[in-house]
Amino acid sequence: MKLKLKIWKQKNAAAKGRFETYDLDGVAPEMSFVEMLALLNQTLIQQGREPVAFDHDCHEGICGSCGMYINGYPHGPVKGLTTCLLSMRHFKDGETIVIEPWRAKPFPVVKDLIVDRSALDKIQVAGGFISVSAGAAPEANALPVRKHNSDLAFDSAVCIGCGACVAACKNASAMLFVSAKISQYALLPQGRPEAKERVRAMIAEMDKQGFGSCSNTGACESQCPKQIKLFNIARLNREYYKAL
Amino acid sequence: MITLNSKIPDGPLEEKWTKYKKEAKLVNPANKKKLDIIVVGTGISGAPAASSLGELGYNVKVFCYQDTPRRAHSVAAQGGINAAKNYKNDGDSVYRLFYDVIKGGDFRAREANVYRIAEVSNQIIDHFTAIGVPFAREYGGTLTTRSFGGVQVSRTFYSSGQTGQQVLLGAYSSLNRQIKAGTVTMFPRREMLDLVVIDGKARGIIVRNLITGEIERHSAHAVVLATGGYGTIYYLSTLAVNSNASAAWKAYKRGAAFANPSFVQIHPSSVPQMNEFQSKLTLMSESLRNDGRVWVPKVRGDKRPANEIPEEERDYYLERRYPAFGNLVPRDVASRAAKERCDAGYGVGPTGLAVNLDFRDAIKKQGKKAIEEKYGNLFEMYKDITGIDSYEEPMRIYPAGHYTMGGLWVDYELMTTITGLFAIGEANFSDHGANRLGASSLMQGAGDGYFILPYTISNYLAPEIKVPRIKTDTPEFQEAEERAVERINRLLSVKGKQTATDFHKKLGKIMWDHCGMTRNEAGLTQALNLIRELREEFWKDLAVPGSADELNQELEKAGRVADFLELAELMVIDALNRRESCGAHFREESQTADHEAQRNDDEFAYVAVWEYNNDQPPVLHREELKFEFVELKQRSYK
Repeated sequence: MKLKLKIWKQKNAAAKGRFETYDLDGVAPEMSFVEMLALLNQTLIQQGREPVAFDHDCHEGICGSCGMYINGYPHGPVKGLTTCLLSMRHFKDGETIVIEPWRAKPFPVVKDLIVDRSALDKIQVAGGFISVSAGAAPEANALPVRKHNSDLAFDSAVCIGCGACVAACKNASAMLFVSAKISQYALLPQGRPEAKERVRAMIAEMDKQGFGSCSNTGACESQCPKQIKLFNIARLNREYYKAL
Repeated sequence: MITLNSKIPDGPLEEKWTKYKKEAKLVNPANKKKLDIIVVGTGISGAPAASSLGELGYNVKVFCYQDTPRRAHSVAAQGGINAAKNYKNDGDSVYRLFYDVIKGGDFRAREANVYRIAEVSNQIIDHFTAIGVPFAREYGGTLTTRSFGGVQVSRTFYSSGQTGQQVLLGAYSSLNRQIKAGTVTMFPRREMLDLVVIDGKARGIIVRNLITGEIERHSAHAVVLATGGYGTIYYLSTLAVNSNASAAWKAYKRGAAFANPSFVQIHPSSVPQMNEFQSKLTLMSESLRNDGRVWVPKVRGDKRPANEIPEEERDYYLERRYPAFGNLVPRDVASRAAKERCDAGYGVGPTGLAVNLDFRDAIKKQGKKAIEEKYGNLFEMYKDITGIDSYEEPMRIYPAGHYTMGGLWVDYELMTTITGLFAIGEANFSDHGANRLGASSLMQGAGDGYFILPYTISNYLAPEIKVPRIKTDTPEFQEAEERAVERINRLLSVKGKQTATDFHKKLGKIMWDHCGMTRNEAGLTQALNLIRELREEFWKDLAVPGSADELNQELEKAGRVADFLELAELMVIDALNRRESCGAHFREESQTADHEAQRNDDEFAYVAVWEYNNDQPPVLHREELKFEFVELKQRSYK
């Protein structure tokens, strides 16, 4: 298939960006979106032009490196997929595809489609852990955990930290991201001893990093490639009120 | 010239580690603050190492090429993590885990190291559980396990099909705790370009800031490489596309010997290649073989859809050839068996290079929900990639390059042949022999990082407490930086026509064809020439756009491919040298009458340790493997 690609190009954080248009031929429907971009780059380099910078690594939807707006949707129009797993089957021959980096104030553009997501790490550093050092753990089965809770904790823990929830939100809120981590620990007895300090610290850091507030539109949930549920945010709020 | 001293403590197997810990030197807490440690890599060995060294009070600096430590490729490990808990009451023990790993590795690993990793395995599960890793549980609230290939007990702890993600994020959370505590400083988006050795001791690294292109010098009293394996040398592999061998390779060229470089695990179940643009082969966890049955049609070239082939016309070749282990034979055996069927013309799918992995019977017996609970995410991923619903028809799988058992040689203390340079996790060679068993990589990585390195590195650092912070303005740092800059300039100045990816693909094909699942003298000899020719072509015709002082992903790739072009040669030299079959290393000249790997213990019961020798061929050293506690046997899974 042939495609017209409108891609955001920006040399570095300080530079002014612009859309660049590329024509790309020879795209196969079984390619993934990042393989399509790799083909574009291969073509550009052979023409002596500058390739498009974008993050990608595992190509199986688990590392969270990739992420871009594709036709206005974080990770593209198909639910439950990262950019690297999005197949070109979902696009039509002759289509124009608009590709942009995450647009959110806490995620400044580094180059082209690459943004700086270190604000998410800072939230985790603030409290996203259980304070048990190596060597201090009790026997794993000494503390039984209700299977239902453990399964729910797992469902929240599958977040890949890609930032799509922030990008999808009109307020650039990180509530889904934060609530996933808070929920994982809130649901497990291991997480209870420092639950209050954790939620206070993570929320404070989230605000400090400039993420917006949640207005419950659910855009984050609909764009999350790991389908993390909105009810995590309700749990986060509950945990937060309990900690005040 | 290096001399190998594996430093294995004397005494009975079960007492070696205890004895070592009893005698190891300690560093006083007040002194730990004054000692700097560099950890390169934040996967399932690097992140645990960094966090636990931080917890001890050392001053730790951690580096990774990703934008955040949470993305290291351990995140993609699927099936699980082994431990000898014996929660299933099925006869497991530390000894049995040890024996399975030694046997699974086809008797080419060091007994003492393997026993030690089995010994700490239970502590790893305790620790991950305590820091909130949501392992799968029984209704009674206790942890559950599943079976994996090459063993007859159920000892694999898991979180659905994304165990690697869960344990890595656990390790990442501990790392974050130490970053907050100020003991660990994180340097993301840095690529190690060289190792700095001062007076025979590893004292620092040269890195490139991948955002700005700046070259930075970082010093420490000890350096730990946790940089993973080199399976991406095949271009198409199950690894993240940016995984690379460069840090280990630079260490090799500074004097750290490389052990068994040709030992590469080809994983039996990945999504088969579909087209020439494909950038990677996605793994389908080995755990699927618990419930999936592997088969091909009995009739050569049978092109009917799988569901239309009746039961009596299916060849469940693993169950036929290996009745005792069936579909759960180790990876090397399963991979070769798939290749054998496909080469003989029985393969399925559009290319004929695939076999069926069928869940029909398991779904009939256990119900769709049970299967979904165990493997839901894998079925989804498979469908995303192929468009095939495996609840309705079989998955198609084919072997792919996966894990490198070979790596930097380390002694019992996990120290390389460079004093003060440690290698942990997949980056070292030590525990898996010639073939790794499933769910043992997370175990080894986390074990090295949490419960082994903290003891051995302290033993090394104890006499270093009087050494002040290492300065970075020494001639050694200067020389290493100049070398790194010179190499970058060289890559940029070729100005040819082919991209780094073009060369990577060509190299990958050479390695897959001649130094992959099966190897022979003629093919390997040919590969040597092909690699040398390709390397020459690389330095004449490489195209790298852009400059050194900016984010330049093509420059990053070019540097990695340049190193692969050198490592490839060492892999082939090693494969040529080992004229026996063992584990994943299958020399066609050395097989039994029924085509199983034929070891030659008289001549090859050793670790092949290669020392860099500038422009001369590498020098081979042999670490003889002494088996005091197990009897060497022809491995059989029949």
